[in-house]
Formats: sequence, C-alpha cells, structure tokens
Amino acid sequence: MRLSDMREGQSGTIVKVAGSGAIRRRLLEMGFLKGKALTVEKYAPLRDPLEVVLAGCHVSLRVEEAKNITMDNVSPLLPSD
Amino acid sequence: MQDDSSFTKKSFTIALAGNPNSGKTTTFNNLTGARQKVGNWPGVTVEKKEGRATFRGMEVTVVDLPGTYSLTAFSIEEVVARNYILDTRPDLVVDVIDASNLERSLYLATQLRELSVPVLFVLNMMDVAKSRGTVIDEKKLSELLAVPVVTTVGNRNQGTESLLSAIMEAAGRHETIPESRRVKYSRDLEASIQVIRDMLRRITSCSFPLGFRWTAIKLLENDTVVRERTAALLGPEAGPVMEETERQRARLAQLYDEEPEIVMTEERYGYIAGIVAEVVRSKSAARVDVSRKIDLVLTNRYLGFPIFLFFIWAMFQLTFTLGAYPQAAIEAGVSALSAFLSSALPSGFGTGLLVDGVISGVGSVLAFFPNILILFLCISLFEDTGYMARAAFLMDRIMHLMGLHGKSFIPLLMGFGCNVPAIMAARTLENEKDRILTILINPLMSCSARLPVYVLLAGAFFPRFAGDVIFSIYLLGIVLSFVMGRLFRKAILPGEAAPFVMELPPYRAPMARSLLIHMWDRSRMFLKKMGSVILVGSIVIWALSSFPRTQETLRAEALQARVREARIALANAPGSEAAREAFVKAAEAQRESEAKAKAESYLGRTGKAIAPAFAPIGLAWSEAVALVTGFVAKEVVVSTMAVLHAAGTEDENGLAEALSASGMTPLSALAMMVFVLLYVPCLATVATIRQETNSWKWAAFSICYSTALAWIAAFVVFQGGRLLGLG
Repeated sequence: MRLSDMREGQSGTIVKVAGSGAIRRRLLEMGFLKGKALTVEKYAPLRDPLEVVLAGCHVSLRVEEAKNITMDNVSPLLPSD
Repeated sequence: MQDDSSFTKKSFTIALAGNPNSGKTTTFNNLTGARQKVGNWPGVTVEKKEGRATFRGMEVTVVDLPGTYSLTAFSIEEVVARNYILDTRPDLVVDVIDASNLERSLYLATQLRELSVPVLFVLNMMDVAKSRGTVIDEKKLSELLAVPVVTTVGNRNQGTESLLSAIMEAAGRHETIPESRRVKYSRDLEASIQVIRDMLRRITSCSFPLGFRWTAIKLLENDTVVRERTAALLGPEAGPVMEETERQRARLAQLYDEEPEIVMTEERYGYIAGIVAEVVRSKSAARVDVSRKIDLVLTNRYLGFPIFLFFIWAMFQLTFTLGAYPQAAIEAGVSALSAFLSSALPSGFGTGLLVDGVISGVGSVLAFFPNILILFLCISLFEDTGYMARAAFLMDRIMHLMGLHGKSFIPLLMGFGCNVPAIMAARTLENEKDRILTILINPLMSCSARLPVYVLLAGAFFPRFAGDVIFSIYLLGIVLSFVMGRLFRKAILPGEAAPFVMELPPYRAPMARSLLIHMWDRSRMFLKKMGSVILVGSIVIWALSSFPRTQETLRAEALQARVREARIALANAPGSEAAREAFVKAAEAQRESEAKAKAESYLGRTGKAIAPAFAPIGLAWSEAVALVTGFVAKEVVVSTMAVLHAAGTEDENGLAEALSASGMTPLSALAMMVFVLLYVPCLATVATIRQETNSWKWAAFSICYSTALAWIAAFVVFQGGRLLGLG
C-alpha cells in the first residue's frame, strides 16, 4: 500500500521510499526511513497535501510525493468518518 | 593555521547552523540583540544576517546560516551554508539542535562533524523536550560526539550567558573532531572512501582545503558542487579521480542494490539511532499536545479556510485601514510642506525641483511606511507562531496549479495592497526558484495605486458597469498570473520542482523582541533602498517634464503667480462673485498654458515619439506620456492626464469629459485599463525586485515581460473589440 492510499488516522510502517533524486533524498533526510512508523494525521481541506506524524514530528507532503512511499502493517480504517 | 594566534585573538567569527524551526533565529537574537545587519548572500537571493556580540571584552561576529536539514547540494540554502563554512573557515560552527526533535536535528549535526571545522552543539528547547517526557543526557551526548554541548531555552533567553562562554572557549581552542571519532560507515563504504581519499592525498602533496575524507564522501555521493570544485582544484589530475569515483560508485551500487548516497543517508541515521538510544530516556508521560488540538481547528476540513480568510482579512484591515491614519497624516504633512514652500519661495526652476521632484518623491515613499510596519508585524506574527506553515498547508493545492508553493499565497495576496512589501514578503519562501517565480508574478496582482486609474476610466466610459469592469480587470490579472506562473515554471525556471515536504512546527507564543527586530529590519531596508530610488526617479521625471524651458514654460510660471494672487484676493473677499470669476479664469488659463508647456517638454516629445507604438492599442500620445510617468507610481497616470488635458485635478468629471472630447472611446479606455494593469511595475517595485532577487537581470526581465504582455493584451482587447464592431 502506498502512503497516498492511507486515510486519516491510519498508521503503518515504511517499507520503501522510491522517487527521483531530490525528492527521495529529502524524504530520507527528513526521517522517512525503512522500518519507521508513521500515522496519517489529516489531509488538507482540498485533499492535498497531507500531514503525517513521524517520530513525534508533524510533517506535510504532497500526495504526489506520498505516492513514492510504500507502507506495510497498515492499521485498519477507523469505522467513523 | 590560525591555532597559534588564536590565544591572543581579540575577535572571533562564528557561524550559526540548524534546522528550520530549531530556534536558530531566537538564539541569534539572544546572542546579538539588535546589533544585526540583514543582507543577501552574494549572488543568490538567500537572506544573510550578521550580528555582533561582546563577551568579557571579546568581539564575536555571528553569521546566521540559512536554516537547513542537511548539507547536500540539492538546495541553494544548503550550498550557501556549506560554502560559507568551507571558504570562510569560521572559528566555530554552532549548531542549534531542537532537543524535542533530537533524531532529525542530529542528521545535520553529524554532517557538520564531518567537515574539518570546530563545532559546538546547542541543545535548544529543553523545556519542550522535558514536557514531552524526554530526558537527554547532554554529558553523554557531548562525550559520544566529541563535541561540547550547551543547553538553552531560547525563547526565555535562558542559557545565553553559558552559551557565550562556551563559544569563547571552543572558538579559542580551535579543535576539530579527529577523523577516528567521525561517522563510521559500513566496511564496503569505508573501503571506497579510503581509496578515493588516498588518491586525493597522493595527488595533492599539500593540504586540501575541502578535507580529504569529506571530499571522498561527497564525491561518492555524487555531489555536483564538490565534483566541480575538486575538478577545479586538481586541474588535469582530476580525470583519474573522477574515473575512480565512478568505478567505486558502480561497485557500491551493485553491492547494496542502491545508490551510494542513499546508503550513506541510511547509515548516518543508523549511527544517530545508536546515539539517541544511549542519551535519551523517554518517560512517555501522557502528554497533552496543545499544538495538535489547535490544528484540529485551524486546519480543519471545514473551518480551516474560513479562519485563514479571516486572518488575511484582519491583516489587510490592520495594514490598510489602521495604516491609513498615519498615512493620511504623513500625506497631509507633505502636501502642507509643498504648499508652504511653493508659496514662500519664488515660483521657478528651483522651487519646482524641490517641491515636485524631491518632496513629492520622498513623500510618496514615506506615506507607505506605516503600512509597511504593520504588514511586516503581521507577517512576523504568522511566521513566529508557526501559522505560516499551516497557511501553506491549506493553500498548496491551489498554488501548485500555478507551479508555486503554498507559502506563495500570502505574498501574492499582499500584492493587491502594494507590490513592494508583497515582494519583500516572498522571503518567507525557502526555495529560490519558488521565490523568484512568486516575485515575477506578483505585479500581476493589481495594487491599490492602479485603482484610481480604473475608477477614472471605468467611471467615465462605463458609468453603468464601472464595478463589473474594474472587477474583471482584477480577475484578468489573477487569470494571467496562473498562465504566466505555469509558463515561467516550464520555460525559464526549469528543473525538478523542489519537494514540498515541510515540517509543521508546534505552535509557539511569539517573543516580542523577535517580532520587533524582524519588523524593524524589513521596514528599515524598505525605507533606505526605496527612498533613494524613488527620489532619483521622481527627479528624472520632473526634469523631463520641465525641460527644455520654452516661452510656454515661462508663461505657465507667470500665470501660476497670477493664480496665487487671485486666490489671495478671493480669500480676502469670500463672497465676491467677481473675485471668484477672476480666480477660475486665471486657473483655467494657467492649466491651458501648462498643458502646452508639458506637450513641448522632453516628456511630451517622448510621448509623441512613442505614440506610433500606442496607436494599435487605441491610445493617443497624451496617454502614452501619462503611462510613462506612471512608472514612478501608478496613480501618477491620472494626474498626468489631468495636466495634459488641462483639466483640474480636483474635479474628476472635468477630466472624464476632457478624455471623451479628446477622442477616447470605451474600447480604448478598456485597452488602457488592461495596459495599466499589466505594464512595467512601478519604480519602487522594480527596485524591490532588483534588491530581492539580487540581480538586475530579473528586474529587467520583469520590465520586459510585463510590457510585452500589456501591449499584447491591450492589442487583443482593442483590435478584437473593433473586429466585433464595438469600437
């Protein structure tokens, strides 16, 4: 599952960060590393970008960028919403 | 090199590094107080701040490096920070580390340790870390990293004294971290580093300014800047080094099934994870995350936009409504001074220069000053509280359509007030390309100075739809900004778009001192630069419209004296019909004479010379002249037209009638409005573009593209309208 497919409130573990040069490097430098857990905090009102919590830190990224991140162990969708 | 002299040295230079939002700026303010200088790093649009601190008789120059997460060559900010450290060799690099975000902050810290410069770490925001249940053993951290560590709470100015004393000690010792204590990579990586390092050592017998190990690492990471610099340093011997680097990169890529730079990033984080495990004790107390609660409202799906719009509305109200009071007072003062001087001094050449050139020029800048102060206070408030990042989060989807970043929204919006502070507000964008694009697009937002022109023309030629016409002019500017934004992003600022990935820092209560320093720095710069440019511009336009001095000029001046006498006579006999009539007649004669004089001036001749260019868009030479004078300030277009059509400026209907009489049609009026919307930004804006982009090239580009766009759009309106049978 890609990070961009996750919904608000879901959490999971990063498996892989793909993408081209600058974007991939930047994501890694911001701590989007293999094996790290993250939670999708929310999507912006226009559904892009999204906000995730990674190691206690709130980071926002575009859906386009989140497509590069493959996730695993994704928690089930919250019943409400 | 400097080690022997450093014991006797009386002054040090230190560089301040750190992640964005790590409290670097606050630390900088705490160290230097108000003794700071804001400028640009040479050749780029990245802001450079420098300040001074004195401690026990020692002078310390503190250079604030751009806030970065890393030291790669991917962003201009990182290159600027790195080059400063490598080329200037500060006595000490102080890295401000966000204690509440230790792991990520240490990523930059480990890279600083890889450079051959003395470093000192400041663990800032220890209070936030503690409130989150994180306890950091700073002694252990210092031991493990072989770097002195000081703890501070920047926003309460705690620990500044001990920081200064540690800085002095570390800067004086001038000790770099031994290679053996730096980040150790896995065996295969180390082997490749070793090969390249030894090769560099063999080639250059003397010391290598970039450091052997660091250069080897960067070459293996395929760092473009280091590649170029190494090639330049080694000359013809660079070839074998680059070939070997390629071989090693290929070998590593095969071994790890991954690019070496990615492997290194991961290994640095691995090294950091080891350190964090040893120095951090988390007592994961049930923490109350206030920031998160605030964000549940401020970036809420339904409430986010209305609240954002309210803040923006409030900012505009404060700036332009509250600011209007001091602005009116300044304008009244300036015009009173002009009136006094023109009645006290003999009319003629010198008085004209002083009143119409110098005073009106400087006055027009001064009048903006209260607005600027308030606007920058609001912007600082948005930035310092952390709301700016949320605004970007909300707006990014829309701004991305024009190839821009969410943070571009506020500068663009401010453009509807005045493009000068709006362009300066683009400094909040960290990425250089985003900033230049935001600056170039900004004049398409129709500033308030253009409104009087629309009001006049729309009122005169579209009396029943004036509001709709003006609204569509504004709309045209917005639509074109989307078109030009996309075009520029593709055509002139190409390359990979900067990643949006952005931290949403916790909300913080702003510090009054920071706010004031911020506000004052920006405003002072505005006053200084704009004042001088506008002054020169006003004098030039005045001179062009006053020379050569012909018979008509002298007559107009003589008539001016008569108008003054008539006004005094009228004032002495307020009820007299004869006195009133004499005054009106004198004023009329003076206006006609002045219109003739202006037509004969260099400015008038210029207008006639360029008139053929304006014919296809339906404008006469007098409008051409008015547009030329509008370069100083857009609202001047109206007063110039008033002078040239010999209409009084007090009476707008008079001018509207004169315009109709001169042959202007609704269609050509529309073309003129479109032209005024789009053509050359005013002088102050051009000067700001020059200053903020740090290049005449972008200022010149802005002038050219806007004028071309204006002409084309006006041509389409005028000729298109004629084809449709509207003209």
